[in-house]
Amino acid sequence: MTEQMHEIELRVNGVLRTATVPSRRLLSDCLRHDLGLTGTHVGCEHGVCGACTVQIDGRPMRSCLMFAVSARGHEITTVEGLADPDGSMHAVQQAFRECHGLQCGFCTPGFLTVIAAYLRDHPDPTEAEAREAIGGNLCRCTGYQNIVKAVLRAARILNEGTDAPVAEEAPR
Amino acid sequence: MTITEAPPAARKKAAPEPPAPRAVGSPLPRKEDLRLVMGEGRFLDDLGRDAYEAAFIRSPHARARVLAIDIGPALGVEGLIAVYTYQDLPGRLAEPLPMLIPHPGLTHGRTGYPLAKEYVNHVGEAVVMVVARDRYAAEDACEKITVEYEPLPPVVGIENAFRADELVHPDVPGNVAGHVVQETGDARAAVAAAPYSLELHLDIERSACMPMEGRGVFARWDVADGSLRIYSSTQTSSGVRAAVAAKLELPLLKVECVTPDVGGGFGVKIVHPWPEEVLVPWVARLLDHEVKWTEDRREHFISSAHERGQLQTVRVGFDGRGRILGLDVDILHDNGAYTQYGLIVPLITSTQLLGPYKPGAYRVEFRSLYTNTVMVTPYRGAGRPQGVYAMERTMDSIADHLGLDRADVREANLIRPEEMPYDHGLLFQDGRPLVYDSGDFPASLDKIKKLVGWDEFAAYREQARAEGRRVGIGLAAYVEGTGVGPYEGGHVQIETSGKVYVATGLTSQGQGHETVFAQVVADELGVAVEDVTVTTGDTRRMGYAVGTFASRAAVMSGNAIALAARGVRDKALRIAGEALGVAPRKLEIVQGVVRSRDDPAVSIPLGTVAVLSNPLRYAFDEASKAATQFGGTPDHSRPPVAEGDEPGLEAREFFSPPRATYANGVHAVIVETDPETAEITVLRYCVVHDCGHLLNPMIVEGQVHGGVAQAVGGALYERMHYDESGQLLNASFMDFLMPYASETPVVEIDHLETASPMNPLGIKGAGEAGVIPGTAAFASAIEDAEGFPITKMPIQPCELFRLRQRFEAGEIPPLRRRAGAPNNVDEELCQP
Amino acid sequence: MKPPAFRYHSPRSLPEALDTLDAVGHDGKVLAGGQSLIPILNMRLAAPGHLVDINGLTELAYVRTDADGVRVGALARHADVEADADAHRAVSLLRQGLRLVAHPVIRNRGTTVGSLVHADPSGEMTAVLSLLGGSVELARLGGTRRVGAADFFTGPLESCVEPGEMAVSAYFPRLRGRTGTEFIEAARRHGDYAMCGVAAAVTLDDDLRIVSARAAYLSVSPVPLVLDLTETLAGATPDTAHWRAAGELAADRTEPDSDIHATAEYRRHLVRVLTARALRTAAVRGADPAVGGDGQGSDDQGSDDRECGARD
Repeated sequence: MTEQMHEIELRVNGVLRTATVPSRRLLSDCLRHDLGLTGTHVGCEHGVCGACTVQIDGRPMRSCLMFAVSARGHEITTVEGLADPDGSMHAVQQAFRECHGLQCGFCTPGFLTVIAAYLRDHPDPTEAEAREAIGGNLCRCTGYQNIVKAVLRAARILNEGTDAPVAEEAPR
Repeated sequence: MTITEAPPAARKKAAPEPPAPRAVGSPLPRKEDLRLVMGEGRFLDDLGRDAYEAAFIRSPHARARVLAIDIGPALGVEGLIAVYTYQDLPGRLAEPLPMLIPHPGLTHGRTGYPLAKEYVNHVGEAVVMVVARDRYAAEDACEKITVEYEPLPPVVGIENAFRADELVHPDVPGNVAGHVVQETGDARAAVAAAPYSLELHLDIERSACMPMEGRGVFARWDVADGSLRIYSSTQTSSGVRAAVAAKLELPLLKVECVTPDVGGGFGVKIVHPWPEEVLVPWVARLLDHEVKWTEDRREHFISSAHERGQLQTVRVGFDGRGRILGLDVDILHDNGAYTQYGLIVPLITSTQLLGPYKPGAYRVEFRSLYTNTVMVTPYRGAGRPQGVYAMERTMDSIADHLGLDRADVREANLIRPEEMPYDHGLLFQDGRPLVYDSGDFPASLDKIKKLVGWDEFAAYREQARAEGRRVGIGLAAYVEGTGVGPYEGGHVQIETSGKVYVATGLTSQGQGHETVFAQVVADELGVAVEDVTVTTGDTRRMGYAVGTFASRAAVMSGNAIALAARGVRDKALRIAGEALGVAPRKLEIVQGVVRSRDDPAVSIPLGTVAVLSNPLRYAFDEASKAATQFGGTPDHSRPPVAEGDEPGLEAREFFSPPRATYANGVHAVIVETDPETAEITVLRYCVVHDCGHLLNPMIVEGQVHGGVAQAVGGALYERMHYDESGQLLNASFMDFLMPYASETPVVEIDHLETASPMNPLGIKGAGEAGVIPGTAAFASAIEDAEGFPITKMPIQPCELFRLRQRFEAGEIPPLRRRAGAPNNVDEELCQP
Repeated sequence: MKPPAFRYHSPRSLPEALDTLDAVGHDGKVLAGGQSLIPILNMRLAAPGHLVDINGLTELAYVRTDADGVRVGALARHADVEADADAHRAVSLLRQGLRLVAHPVIRNRGTTVGSLVHADPSGEMTAVLSLLGGSVELARLGGTRRVGAADFFTGPLESCVEPGEMAVSAYFPRLRGRTGTEFIEAARRHGDYAMCGVAAAVTLDDDLRIVSARAAYLSVSPVPLVLDLTETLAGATPDTAHWRAAGELAADRTEPDSDIHATAEYRRHLVRVLTARALRTAAVRGADPAVGGDGQGSDDQGSDDRECGARD
């Protein structure tokens, strides 16, 4: 049986992209292998780890739990699309670097897409809220402590453009 | 040759400047982050977009004979390229995979075949390899192929392996792969003669490294050149290269292995070659086409490696102050179906068990046992968490038996700083003497007590109890041998641009080597960190290397690179001295410029020195043009490259210490257990850590945070649930419970820096320490909260609930401190 | 872990979707949020020949609240229902349960109706629908039917949706009287399937005496279990009620199974503990109009956002 193929148009990071995909092509595979946007990572393919998270119309979703063909006509933002068009880092990216919020960097794109969307709706989270905001993403390297710190730091950059460092998180 | 005037470019920079701040010791942001946060990292599966992809049919049985394989139904699958079984493997590929670390005690080492030959010995063992246009098609073909098995009774669980009613390998009697005894003094006599003695039976279960990126290999055969390039998500590119060259019978020089960005390792990726690492390059050559295999999560659970499972029996004799007089430990270690990584894990357990303590007479005996489960190879900590668990459970039991404070009993047994170097009289994992080089263990213990508020906790516990809450505190200490040999190399080269390129052969999986090694080189050479680019894990740049494991990268490669940088510095000063007419000892390098200490105006940029280092001098760039000023009159009586010299401003050095260097630390944890649901919450987690000088404190702390998160997982959440038939019941992230942020505590850290005398930088490894004492500390804290002994870890709420029921039924004795027992009861007690 | 091949259909209207479902019959499956279905496909535990993707049917992406309850369309995402202030005021149990459904990112895609059709006995929404006595509306070519919660769930991962049928909405009726609700779970990790979960509703009379106490359970039975525990609490006030007795009764009436995360005995113990806790909180909410029970007696001002607030 020859597989049913679809010509699809996706708007990815503001750019109209086209691909020819079979029905079952996962959005994660389409982004990575058809469009060459390998910043989105695949860690479990059953929706638990969060490494593949991208924003669909601004909302973070698991790209391993969507078919590319279902994403037709939607606005997709991947980690490659977070930075400004001039190439300067998004506040979350900057904060991750400043706060050592990543080690191997494999889970990082999923965290960045989640946090960037979160801070749009919750510009001034508490520590506890910052921790909760990243509660659906797995990281095996960092122990999350510096990721929490990076969420708060990014919020501060976005709100005030200040360079003041974020205080250490208090024990819960 | 003399010059009277510095070139203009140099003169501009010649104004006296304050010395650059040292890069080493600074919490510099990481260089690698610039690509990783932008989505521009290159991980294994990001490569080879046009490669064929492989998938494997893996055994659904824990133990079975392969009777027949029918590939016929797959032949019509769209996109199928090729199917391979054991029968197709040529030459050395058809032999068992190599045994990496032989040991005299490993009397019955066994390894598997790249594809199962006749028997499968664990669920997940590869039987058939399918290559197709993409992974979707490869999996389609796998579904169509039928493999007929004759299931055999499996051996699952350490007790069953030891009982040996069934044998995993028919030619391995008793399922015993290896058996090792080490002893200093007469431990059994010492236990028997001691005023007090105890016997503990301890159990610790399997977990796994579980990096977010699985394994993967991508191979490209160059038919014209007859050469092979392998990309592997490995912790040892040099090891993979050598293994594949040998298996494919290729000259080593025709094989190169490049390690791209690696999404975490934690030990599992040090194993080599994995079956896929030899099969994928073989097929790439056979098909003359790029081939890639990217491990998926289910494969990672059932066909990579696990660690930790042991049963331990401890007999200890001690005096009235809790000082250990004799320690006799018996360990049954589950090594899974194969011993590709030898006896390393139990060897480490049996030696590092001693921690910061003087054991009196010590005897340790272990048996490494086969089971029909995924093989066991090092996972961060590599046998140490088990050893620390045994020792620290023992310390707590002694304290409870005598009615002494748990910290005081530890204090009484500590090796004192003035006793360094301390020789245990045993052999360590590397076959070399177990000699602690440095550390101030009493200071470490003191710091943790202050950090966690040890002395104030009893009052808090009582207050909480009055409120109906249960809280407990625990602590555990460790010593970790880090930076084991045999060697690593560093290569440092300054190009004519003045940029510095550094290579070391071991690989990186998130430790920040590109940054830390650049910090080392920046200080050694007097250049900016930004001007230093570090490459790791690429055999094209450094052919001789060992790998990234045993908290050895900073110690081994850091020092090798420092030595290489010093070599380059010496050469740069010699050449610059000749060019400037200044004695090299009167020169310094500041911000990439060599200058006279007496007259900073007399100077020459390092890039120009690089030009001068090579007599073949085309003026390709500005540095080359500038160098013509230093041309002078050549001495035609001498060769352009002096005897003993080489063109180029570069150096390669190797660091090979006689022994490991020993880091240490103490962790303390405060937990709360729900009196009704038995759920366990971490209230505080404190770490005191001594890894010598900190190269980059931010990165060291990050390593500690991550290690502690894995410790929390290992103590409270993670385990490998094998059923009796050898099926892994929780082979997914839904059921293998790695902590999320919501389960991970904030880690409070205090550092102690006792320099290592074993290497020029004075450093000790830091990568694994965070995970090592966690399980022991949690057991201690939960026991403290509950009032009865905890002897089996990890522990989940339903198990704590069950223990409470048994405790209430009188099946488990209370801790003596809870039962109100008087101090120094003069009797022997055997804990259940 | 790649899904098997299937024919993909993306109808533009409900009639077209029903046409397609009718044509593909047994071999068809509706794709809504896909947060449960796609993992199953990726693991190749199922291989439907046809997927009918209803993500284009935006007319089904609604949450409608009226005096009687909340109707949730087939394409309403969990996050939409969770964030809906009117729905929360009318049926606060919805948000109380939804905040426990996996993690926010999953709730951004997963649909409430889809999770009901999935009929996972560990699914929070199955317990909510069952406790409230809600219903699911099923459509097929040429007709619709409404199935009450008690009949909708037929077994673990089995609902009564037939080939050719599609669930187009679910209805969550508003609880009457002075009623407070609570949804709590014990899960291994935050966001995991619960070892045991309890949705509770307690109704009080004007003297704040308990007249009804019911609870629905997840993860302790093959289909959602609803227990009437009124007999142990009737006539008591939130201050005097013997919650533990209600927990004991519930524990006596459940027969959970063991799995790798919790033994049957432990689950039953959790039923005991969580029942008491959930009922107590529900009763307190019912008694305090400022906190906002579901019932007519409570006003709208006190949505318990602080405790149950939607995140993300």
